[in-house]
Amino acid sequence: MIPDIGLIALIIAFGLSVYATLLSVNGGMSKRLEWVASARNAIVAVFALLTISVLSIVYSLNALDFSQAYVADVSSRAMSPFLRITALWGGQQGSVLFWAWLMAGFVAVVVIRKWDADRELMPYVMFVAMLTTTFFVGVVVFITNPFTKMWLVPGAQDLVIAIFPPLNGQQYIPADGSGLNPLLRHFGMIGHPPTTYLGFTGFVIPFSFAIAALMKNDTTSDQWIRTVRRWTLVAWIFLSIGLILGGRWAYDVLGWGGFWGWDPVENAMLMPWLTGTAFLHSVMMTEKRGMLKKWNILLIILTYSLSLFGTFITRTGVIGSVHAFSKTALGPAFLIFISITFLGAMVLLMMRWNSLKAEHELESLFSREAAFVLQNMLFLAITIAVLWGTVFPLITELFTETKITVGPPYFKKVTGPMFLALITLMGITPMLAWRKQTLNKLLSRLAVPLAGASITAIAWALLNPKSPAISLFSIAMVAFVTLSILAEFWRGARIRMSTRGENPFTAFIKLVINNRRRFGGYIIHLGVVMIALGFIGDAFYKQETQGTLSAGESLTIGEYSLRFDGLEGYMGSDGREIVEASTVLFKDGQQVKVLKPRRDYFVVQQQPVSIAGVYSTAGEDVYVLLVGWESISNQNTTFKIYVNPLINWVWIGGFVLALGVLIGTWSQARGRSEATYSLKNQPDEGAVVGTATAPGIGD
Amino acid sequence: MTKNRFLLLVLFTALVSLLITVKVYAQDPAPTPAAATVPSDNEVNLVAKKLYCPVCPNTPLDVCETQACKDWRAQIRDQLASGWTEQEVMDYFVKQYGERVLAEPERGGFTSLVWMLPLLIVALGLVFVGLVLKSWRASRLSRPLVQPEPQTGISKQILDKIEAEIRNMD
Repeated sequence: MIPDIGLIALIIAFGLSVYATLLSVNGGMSKRLEWVASARNAIVAVFALLTISVLSIVYSLNALDFSQAYVADVSSRAMSPFLRITALWGGQQGSVLFWAWLMAGFVAVVVIRKWDADRELMPYVMFVAMLTTTFFVGVVVFITNPFTKMWLVPGAQDLVIAIFPPLNGQQYIPADGSGLNPLLRHFGMIGHPPTTYLGFTGFVIPFSFAIAALMKNDTTSDQWIRTVRRWTLVAWIFLSIGLILGGRWAYDVLGWGGFWGWDPVENAMLMPWLTGTAFLHSVMMTEKRGMLKKWNILLIILTYSLSLFGTFITRTGVIGSVHAFSKTALGPAFLIFISITFLGAMVLLMMRWNSLKAEHELESLFSREAAFVLQNMLFLAITIAVLWGTVFPLITELFTETKITVGPPYFKKVTGPMFLALITLMGITPMLAWRKQTLNKLLSRLAVPLAGASITAIAWALLNPKSPAISLFSIAMVAFVTLSILAEFWRGARIRMSTRGENPFTAFIKLVINNRRRFGGYIIHLGVVMIALGFIGDAFYKQETQGTLSAGESLTIGEYSLRFDGLEGYMGSDGREIVEASTVLFKDGQQVKVLKPRRDYFVVQQQPVSIAGVYSTAGEDVYVLLVGWESISNQNTTFKIYVNPLINWVWIGGFVLALGVLIGTWSQARGRSEATYSLKNQPDEGAVVGTATAPGIGD
Repeated sequence: MTKNRFLLLVLFTALVSLLITVKVYAQDPAPTPAAATVPSDNEVNLVAKKLYCPVCPNTPLDVCETQACKDWRAQIRDQLASGWTEQEVMDYFVKQYGERVLAEPERGGFTSLVWMLPLLIVALGLVFVGLVLKSWRASRLSRPLVQPEPQTGISKQILDKIEAEIRNMD
């Protein structure tokens, strides 16, 4: 009964999506407002209907309705209600529906919120957004339908999976389901997939606005670019959080002591994040100087196409990966859709090429404009390098029929220097004004951060004598960016203190509150630098050791030693057999923590999962894995220990980054529009050159 | 035995001795007896880290938990114990399971393309950025020097005040 309601709602939603797509564009072209209004109502209805569909699946998953093939596939009696509900996105069918539902939600929010603001553009925005939504809902209905049942057919070897009974078919209802992939049975299941999906689907809104502006040839007004910027920021922060939560999950569950493995699915998430980040910067050039219009649209098209490509990789398993848990006929449909989206958008951009004339003038190479162009180039180059490394195994297989692996060494060696260059730019650019900066002034502003960076690097080298030169340079750059940002805070606060007599604390708070976009941007940069610190620790200072111990023996790594006390086995919840080691960690001879690394074996799925014992401090993590043992005895038990310096800065940086976005986007929410300024169409001479208010990220 | 044949024999013997000497000198001056030490887990992992599991997707051999990978690690241990170098072990795995076991693609042959393209992109990118910036500067220089005052709607008085405040800030 309940699944039937979900199925019917899904089918009506598909019909209404088609209706809204056709009606919105027709209404827009023929200027029939009542059509457009009807399309809008249809969009809201699509979201409501998909919500019913999603809820019906959640209900079935929790109620363990094993007559449903999807429920039997991803839910099971042993799983907790929490995991049963999150199983909505734990398998392919459910996750594509979840995806379509989120996208429909974004579109519904836009048509409700922006109805009066962008009335001219809205019909086209609705058309583009609903075209995509229709594709996804169509995939749910026709290819990955989550409401199928299982049928026994005489003579057939396998169960037939279909909605309607095949000839002579008898419904098969198993007593229990197989349940989620063991790697997905983790608290992170509530965070990483939904935020990632919100990030991916959220990019449909900026894309729709950009394409709508191209379709309507409404590129002279800049209103849409502001709308696009805000929505990109929304999608971007979800994707950022999704990336960080994914890293945390990998660290907790995959048992290899790291958080980023340059796996194709991770790369698929990283690429739209890179182009999205490039766009969030270059769009400032358009807002402030009316520059880079074509480039911006190109970046939006790329970001959205790469999001679709990410979906393609995650959902179709085209490139074998730990994340891709199935292979279906989804591939061709996706590939065609991505091609149409990308090529269609590019053709449209070419057609409007001449009308996108921007005012490009550059006063000096020592200007923020020049730094932004260089930075955008680097972001794009990293994206291309990552894309190339990700698809290269396919290309090799195609041309030479040899299977190869492009592993982390490639990505580290190729993108590492470019990321380092970006971080360096991150320290310099805020010191540069729009238009031009005199060299003397630039140097005077850079002096303190550069001196601080040098001192940090020297101190670091003394503390870590074996540091490679490149790691010292990286550390120096991290210090440089941090100091140059703090200097901005200090400069601003000092002015308030002297002109308004505020105390340092009030001056600091008011400075941030009154310049939310700019200082929110700086806080985001601080978060990024912290994350970079985590990557530096991982790349240059990670240590590991492995050894086999009998009870009472110890394994030493650096200043730590781990004593093995014994092993025990017991049955855990969720149908897992657990083998757990008791160990004690000592630092310089002092006991610091009892660690219980364990190995959970999921009997039904025949899959082991390693749960590390971790001692975590701000400086470093000691991450202990139980690697092997000889039956349950107190002898010959093998452990692997990783010392991961600075790793916690990745998670701390994630929080800081999210905080920065919150501060930076707060502005309109309080109903008071922020006093921003534009430097467009101003004369060269005597303009606000090297302004004191100038170099903000968010400005 | 003729004189010629005797000379040939002497030459041959001398050559062989020389070659043996060279070979001996070229070897490690103090070769360690191969079977004396069993390589530690860390030494095995150092090699396994550079290899990928031949069967599981995207899993380095040093962290892979399947029985097959344990056996492969044991094999690496045996090979190292019998005196193989890291390169020899890696060559063996490539020969047995194909290039896909290498974490880092080779820099020769077809796979050198994977390394070359990013370099090319960065080089082209820098040239492109240079050209773009140059053209932007040119478009500024081509503009008439004297321009009409903009209609900013801000009075001279306020502008002066702003300028004064800016001067005070620095």
